[in-house]
Amino acid sequence: MTTPAAPTRVVADAATTTAAQRRRMSRRVSRTKEAGLAYLMLLPALAVFGVFTFFPFIENFDLAAHTKGPYPSSPNPYVGTSQFFDVIRSSAFLDSLRSTAIFVAIAVPLGLFLGLALAVFANQKLRGTAFFQIVFSSTAITSVAVAAVVFETILDPRSGLMQWLGVHTAPGIQLSPGWALYAIAGISAWQFMGFSFIIMIAGLQSLPEEVIEAARMDGAGSWRVFWRVIVPLMSPTIFFGGVVGTIVALQSFGAIDIIIGNTNTTFTHTNVLINYIYDLIVYNRQFGVAACVAIALFLITLLVTVAQFRVLEKRVHYAN
Amino acid sequence: MPTELVATREPPGTSAAELESPEDRAGRLRRARAWRRRRSKFWTYAGLIAGAVIVLFPVYVLVVDSLLQPLQLLHDPPAFLPTHPAYHNFSDAITKYGFGHDLFNSAVQTGIIVGAQLVTSVLAAYAFVFLRFPLRRTLFLVVLGTIMIPFEITVAVNTTTVVDLNWEGTFLGLTAPFLATGFGIFLIRQAFLQIPKDLREAALIDGYGPMRFLWRIAIPLARPVLAALAVFSFLGAWNQYLWPAIQANYNPGLKTATIGIASLAQSSATAGTYLAASIMSLAPLVLLLIFFRKNLIRSLTAGAVK
Repeated sequence: MTTPAAPTRVVADAATTTAAQRRRMSRRVSRTKEAGLAYLMLLPALAVFGVFTFFPFIENFDLAAHTKGPYPSSPNPYVGTSQFFDVIRSSAFLDSLRSTAIFVAIAVPLGLFLGLALAVFANQKLRGTAFFQIVFSSTAITSVAVAAVVFETILDPRSGLMQWLGVHTAPGIQLSPGWALYAIAGISAWQFMGFSFIIMIAGLQSLPEEVIEAARMDGAGSWRVFWRVIVPLMSPTIFFGGVVGTIVALQSFGAIDIIIGNTNTTFTHTNVLINYIYDLIVYNRQFGVAACVAIALFLITLLVTVAQFRVLEKRVHYAN
Repeated sequence: MPTELVATREPPGTSAAELESPEDRAGRLRRARAWRRRRSKFWTYAGLIAGAVIVLFPVYVLVVDSLLQPLQLLHDPPAFLPTHPAYHNFSDAITKYGFGHDLFNSAVQTGIIVGAQLVTSVLAAYAFVFLRFPLRRTLFLVVLGTIMIPFEITVAVNTTTVVDLNWEGTFLGLTAPFLATGFGIFLIRQAFLQIPKDLREAALIDGYGPMRFLWRIAIPLARPVLAALAVFSFLGAWNQYLWPAIQANYNPGLKTATIGIASLAQSSATAGTYLAASIMSLAPLVLLLIFFRKNLIRSLTAGAVK
């Protein structure tokens, strides 16, 4: 206020007060308008998420705390957490959990390894690799229904090609609890291979080429370069693929529903968690039990996701 | 991977290594390098072909068996070539088993989901990137949170919600849970963030309103990413299984192609018929892979490579 210029400014301000106020007010109006527009634009997405993601997420816990009968008019007694603990200790659930674990433990690593191996081959600068790249990506687009019926044909005990190759599939996958789950895990690995290939080749293309060249110059053989250089450098991509693959595998149910169905003896051996949920909803209409299994499946998925973040954190440390 | 089964064996003609002149040595090294290159090329092609066999063998079975006569399908040893191609398998699937209707249902369902996901994702992403409003960060975390909640935990309640709304067995019920996607919003937001702030200010000075800016500038600039999202959600919607299976239980007339194939496989239809149906259901996806491969790869690798 001691500067000579100050008084003139005060005078100028006084003279334009109404204009400034008007401007400020109009800015406030436009800011409210902007916020209104933003909420309007967010409304469709948030409405869908509210009704079909967050509401059921919370409601599912409520469902799990009641033993609702099969009909809309059936009683719906509150049982608290006891149903959840009963379900996760039941032999049906534990069998299902075991099948799920076997399924994931085969389908995911196999798909990842095949995807990475094919990506290493297809990433070479040779004639024809563009064609192979399209072929290798293609299993990512097949629907689970198509994969299921094709492999069912191949595994047919009467006229299937496996039979012809000397692999006996009699009495058929539906009556072979011993290997049905492994076959279905193999089919899933075949399907997952395409996605795995796509992310692996993208990962390979972003690797520093000098490092691999240097290893080769040092006389490391291709096999050693693969295990000692490419695999460690690709570990973030492999890990990402593993997490996505596990989440997808935990939800994959179409092949089992089509090939095995829910009526024959193999069913209990291939009844993975998501299949179990579907069976409880559609055939048994035990929504409470289904909700409990869904919570268990969610906790498993959450565990996998948390593991991802922890490893990614480590990777950041490593890079620094 | 190119394996090094014969890793340490020297190329021929190197036994007198101590006696050779420098010229000989240079020639030997060149020959050795060429030999190694040829060998690694061999293993690469061997791997590529082995991979192609794993991938294409089921495709081969699919195509051949879809053209076999019913009796040939039961033949042992199996027929490897359709000597009398049964093209009627394709028309049978359509006329006798109503697979055309299933394909139509899939097209409508997929069209609704892809269109709605694009619209809801673009609108939400625009708000997050270009508009200022209270709770912006919180709401964005809410959107990201939806990615963490897998569909299976919501499926039991959603089944009852759709029944409560009287939408069961309708296209509304079939598509409603998928009309918005957290992944899509995230993907489009990343694209919009690439648009320079100056461009938006210049557009505002030129008198562009928010809608005109979105339509004339933001959407055209983000087109590759929009295509990536469209391809990704097309693939997801077309291949859906669990939810359409539940909805088709309420109304068999709402069967999508995947459910149609499943029910054909469990019906009295011959394998040739349901394999022909499978090929028809794959056709749009093959076109997608051929024409939009780059976009597809962009969306599939969105989280993989930073």
